[in-house]
Amino acid sequence: MGLSVELEKRLGAVHLEVRFQTGEGPLALLGASGSGKSVTLRCIAGLLTPDRGRIVLDGRVLFDSAANINLPPRRRRVGYLFQQYALFPHWTVRENIAAAAPDRSRRQAVAAELLRRFRLEDAASLRPGQLSGGQQQRTALARLLAAEPQAILLDEPLSALDGFLRDQVELELAETLESFSGPAVWVSHDRGEVFRACRQVCVLEGGRSLPVCGTEELFRRPASEAAARLAGWENLLEAVPQGDGVFLPQWGRTLACGRAVPEGVRRAGFRSAQVRPAPPGAENALPCRVVRVIRDLEGVTALLRPEGAPEGAPLLRAALERPPEGERLLAAILPEEILLWEA
Amino acid sequence: MDWFPLYNSLRIAAVSTAAVFFLGIFAARLAGKLPRLARGLLDAALTLPLVLPPTVTGWLLLRLLGPRRPAGRWLLETFDLRLAMTWQAAALAAAVVAFPLMYRTARGAFESFDETLADAARTLGRSEAWIFWRVRMPCCRQGILAGVVLAFARALGEYGATSMLAGYIPGRTAVIATTVYQLWRIGDNAGTVRWVLVNLALSGAFLLALNLLETQKRGGGR
Repeated sequence: MGLSVELEKRLGAVHLEVRFQTGEGPLALLGASGSGKSVTLRCIAGLLTPDRGRIVLDGRVLFDSAANINLPPRRRRVGYLFQQYALFPHWTVRENIAAAAPDRSRRQAVAAELLRRFRLEDAASLRPGQLSGGQQQRTALARLLAAEPQAILLDEPLSALDGFLRDQVELELAETLESFSGPAVWVSHDRGEVFRACRQVCVLEGGRSLPVCGTEELFRRPASEAAARLAGWENLLEAVPQGDGVFLPQWGRTLACGRAVPEGVRRAGFRSAQVRPAPPGAENALPCRVVRVIRDLEGVTALLRPEGAPEGAPLLRAALERPPEGERLLAAILPEEILLWEA
Repeated sequence: MDWFPLYNSLRIAAVSTAAVFFLGIFAARLAGKLPRLARGLLDAALTLPLVLPPTVTGWLLLRLLGPRRPAGRWLLETFDLRLAMTWQAAALAAAVVAFPLMYRTARGAFESFDETLADAARTLGRSEAWIFWRVRMPCCRQGILAGVVLAFARALGEYGATSMLAGYIPGRTAVIATTVYQLWRIGDNAGTVRWVLVNLALSGAFLLALNLLETQKRGGGR
């Protein structure tokens, strides 16, 4: 049971190669813009045809290039929540929802039920152009569920909203997905959204998917530098193994890692939150010059240039509780918090 | 007063507009699906009657459909239909001349249609026919209606191609446009003025309709 996707598609400059499986509950598809997230969704829904691959939903083969199977979108029973919702502008909310119900005789009953469930009764006879962003999304969700889908695809579902409304809608969306008993794929480039809404995540990097992992794992121990970047790891550097540590050629410094570093390691990374001001003589303490201090709601981020690092080298980002005093700072990184990757 | 030219004009305009409505929409949908080069060629061919003088269009139609021409002979032999010098010929001429207006307006309307609406309907389990009649056409309604009004007005005012293909036979092929010319030619000033006034009233009514349609569009009264 569940959704299994395996597809290849060449589209312009992007060569998409995606492979994942998911059971019940939302799986996040996380990637930068242009990494092929929307194309993947359109292939699953049947709006685009992959060059090669196999897509199976609850044992039903939706697409199989080897067996020449390619169900049209209307036979796939895959609900698609579009970025701008794609509501039919000439119909009321009620008509939009009723039009999607497959059983003609039950249309009005289904619409009434969904209008109540999504608190749209007062808006039932308005047209999409007269709705707020939140109402539009609820209408789109109600319409999608009226078609009785076996899987739900969400294409950046919150990108058309902002601020307070966005948090509110995110909460409602998460509730709707919890009560849906089938696989869902939530496309996003926002790691906070992914962390809150999904337990599983598949990272897309330059059109290529990385193995599915738990959301916690992605943020705590990303399996590759690409995953680390999407998980918001701020300090990512070239690395050369050196016994129990790594030499960082961009800074001309060596950091201890507290473990034997495998030969193949080429990159190292750590979070800005793991960088702390240190007393002189502490392990991995780097004398730095403060280049810039960025204040935000939670605290401050200091941009530091390790002494000896040339102009143009990446700066060390440190999340601090208080702004550093003076122009110099001794910054330390705990050895076990440095992650290392091959390739 | 013999009202036949008015009746004939309206009949010819109505028949040709009805034909052009379906053909124009069909051609516009076809053009939208074709690759770029083929679309450009089709577009040029279908718009030709708009830029040709109607007499040239009429002459070409005569060359194509005259009783001694292959297409004309085929019509004559298969359907016993002698097209030249009949009101049907006038309807054909009007349709050919009015076609590009319907085609281009409909094409513009279809091009501005948001394809994600069609995609949404597909994922909701709806057929292509359903999408066309229930979503695409209603969303493009304003543009298509404007095309119909333009085509009807053009067909109503057709003179050149009509006079070449259908001539002027009182009680058979006479329309307002050819009647005005005939009456003026034989020096019947009173008759000419009468028909000019009829034509002005008709055209005024149409411009009013077109205007109403456009204000409705701007006012967002969908």
